[in-house]
Amino acid sequence: MELLSGADMIARFLQDEGVERIYGYPGGAALHIYDALFRQDKVKHILVRHEQAATHAADGYARASGKPGTVLVTSGPGATNAVTGIATAYMDSIPMVVLCGQVASHLIGEDAFQETDIVGVTRPIVKHSFAIKHPSEIPEVLKKAYYLAATGRPGPVVVDIPKDMTAPTERYEYVYPKKVKIRSYNPVTRGHSGQIKKAVDMMLKARRPVFYTGGGIVTSGASENLTALVKRLGFPITTTLMGIGSYPQTDAQSLGWLGMHGSYESNMAMHHADLIIAIGARFDDRVTNNTSKFCPTAKIVHVDIDPSSISKTVRADVPIVGPADSVINEMISLLQGREMANAEALPEWWTTIDGWRAEREGKLYEPSQPGERLKPQEVIEAVYHITRGEAFVTTDVGQHQMFAAQYYKFDKPNRWITSGGLGTMGFGFPAAMGIKQNFPDDTVVCFTGEGSFQMMMQELSTCKQFGTGVKIINLNNGTLGMVRQWQDLNYKSRHAHSYVESLPDFQKLIEAYGFTALKVEHHDELDAALERTFADNDELVFLDIDVDPREHVYPMQVPLGAMRDMLLSKTERT
Amino acid sequence: MRHIISILLENEPGALSRVVGLFSQRNFNIETLNVAPTEDPSLSRLTVTTEGDDRVIEQITKHLNKLIDVVKLVDLTEGHHIERELMLVKVKALGASRDEVKRTVDIFRAQIVDVTPSVYTVQITGDAGKLDAFVQAMAPIGILEVGRTGVSGISRGDKILSL
Repeated sequence: MELLSGADMIARFLQDEGVERIYGYPGGAALHIYDALFRQDKVKHILVRHEQAATHAADGYARASGKPGTVLVTSGPGATNAVTGIATAYMDSIPMVVLCGQVASHLIGEDAFQETDIVGVTRPIVKHSFAIKHPSEIPEVLKKAYYLAATGRPGPVVVDIPKDMTAPTERYEYVYPKKVKIRSYNPVTRGHSGQIKKAVDMMLKARRPVFYTGGGIVTSGASENLTALVKRLGFPITTTLMGIGSYPQTDAQSLGWLGMHGSYESNMAMHHADLIIAIGARFDDRVTNNTSKFCPTAKIVHVDIDPSSISKTVRADVPIVGPADSVINEMISLLQGREMANAEALPEWWTTIDGWRAEREGKLYEPSQPGERLKPQEVIEAVYHITRGEAFVTTDVGQHQMFAAQYYKFDKPNRWITSGGLGTMGFGFPAAMGIKQNFPDDTVVCFTGEGSFQMMMQELSTCKQFGTGVKIINLNNGTLGMVRQWQDLNYKSRHAHSYVESLPDFQKLIEAYGFTALKVEHHDELDAALERTFADNDELVFLDIDVDPREHVYPMQVPLGAMRDMLLSKTERT
Repeated sequence: MRHIISILLENEPGALSRVVGLFSQRNFNIETLNVAPTEDPSLSRLTVTTEGDDRVIEQITKHLNKLIDVVKLVDLTEGHHIERELMLVKVKALGASRDEVKRTVDIFRAQIVDVTPSVYTVQITGDAGKLDAFVQAMAPIGILEVGRTGVSGISRGDKILSL
């Protein structure tokens, strides 16, 4: 029997759970835990410069690896700083465990120094939370936290740990719990066979089917099975922003992604479909536009692990609660030896879709000419080419995020890392940092803008400390581009506070941290700057690119319209 | 439509706040709320009455089921059920109205549980409609204070809400 203090139990548990890296920032209430981490060397701690970055870095790692990220912060401001990152993970169903120091039990409720009711503060943005009541329960509670975070529909779990629970003087028996059971929590392991059969029958009878798949495919590791299913049927497929990479985007059956700034052909195909097979997607408002005009002729099959996602905004005709991977598998086996009922319909449907594709071919944006300022879109395309489409790509939020999603093509899941649900500016850089530290051999690119980057740029210091070689591509248009776009469209171009005055000299700023920064002012300088940026995979390089501030993201769905109602450029609409 | 949802909840600190928080967070409505321990000390039973169309009620039950602290729940209004609420009312009982109060209490099969020269405290149980009717009948005489427990309920027959 082994006797350990609460703090040592935490360090030991993290080792036994196989956690390699945690992201955090010390403070009074977490000091016993930090001391325990200091006295071991299996679990590496990355000291960030702001707790929000700790959550984004752990989140980036989780999205890239599929495993839960781990964060350690102190009580009060340490914990509240982490809130935005917890909410970001919650909205995108990312597995994460956040260990928060708390003031000692006898002080709770007395407005003690650095006390916050963090369980209360985070209640609406966590999958679950725990408060440790006795040191001896630490191993089991931590196991439950990891189990909840990673299974079913994943999400962040907060564990609040009062300082006296980790006191070095109090020791209790430690056993690593290999398994835990939570009587009220039994995530489904397979879908209802009758419903799946019904769905397959509908697929075979469909004339204008389309797959609509989301982040659930990435989360459940169902990409391979999904690809097999889509190939087997020959149907078109569109993904959500979160589902990018769940099906190879360079494949002919991929229509790209859908919704607010999705591709023309995706939104048109959805609107005209007679069957939508939604898997691991949640019909959110950035996808559906006006739900009362949503896809008027379509029957809807909806597969999701979370029953509350089904029929939340759009009613499903065939709801299937289950993990994407196993449901798709069952669909594939049910399809064996069966044929489409209307064999002639699918080629006709493809002819229609190819017509939509042709309409927009070569009209997506107007490239810059030699000597001119670059267009943000062409920068993304150039980065796509130089990285051969194989980089991990993180983004911040705004126009650059949409352009990155539109012009970088992903053929693999877990490579496109973006804050889709919450839309958190400041996410991209720390997320890239978290990925690079865990996947040092890969190229990690962060597309950002001068607005977003300034929200989390203190992490340059962390990258310096840990030698983290991410590539930061700053699409600098000197304005909060997406805000400005909405102001152009809805507020007669009154640019209320969307102009970022007094930008720093990014080159000097980056150089102050000892990194390389390059400036690109016009078209002709891009290729050489990109060559230099990607020359050494281990080097952090910041590429500051002046891009055209007048550029808008198109297509853009018309507010309150149907899927097909889109602005296609500043002068064209459907 | 009004629904009565009964929930078996882990008897853990913070569990109640998760349920209540869910309602405000998702813009659902709570009309009454009643919570107490059960015969199993690890479980509380919470009964909530809420308004909503089928779509809203479906979302409420799905989201409640998602809470880790919710062990089991039933929408009692889906089947035959018994619904009870207890109310304590202080009414003015002076002069001629003193008899009037007593008569009304008898009609409603309520009980007077405390007496002063000027006030009767009445205890009444029944469904929410009966309690509303009593309040209405007493209003002209003069209600001084009302305490209601909120609805508690149980399904009729052999159907059981347990682990």
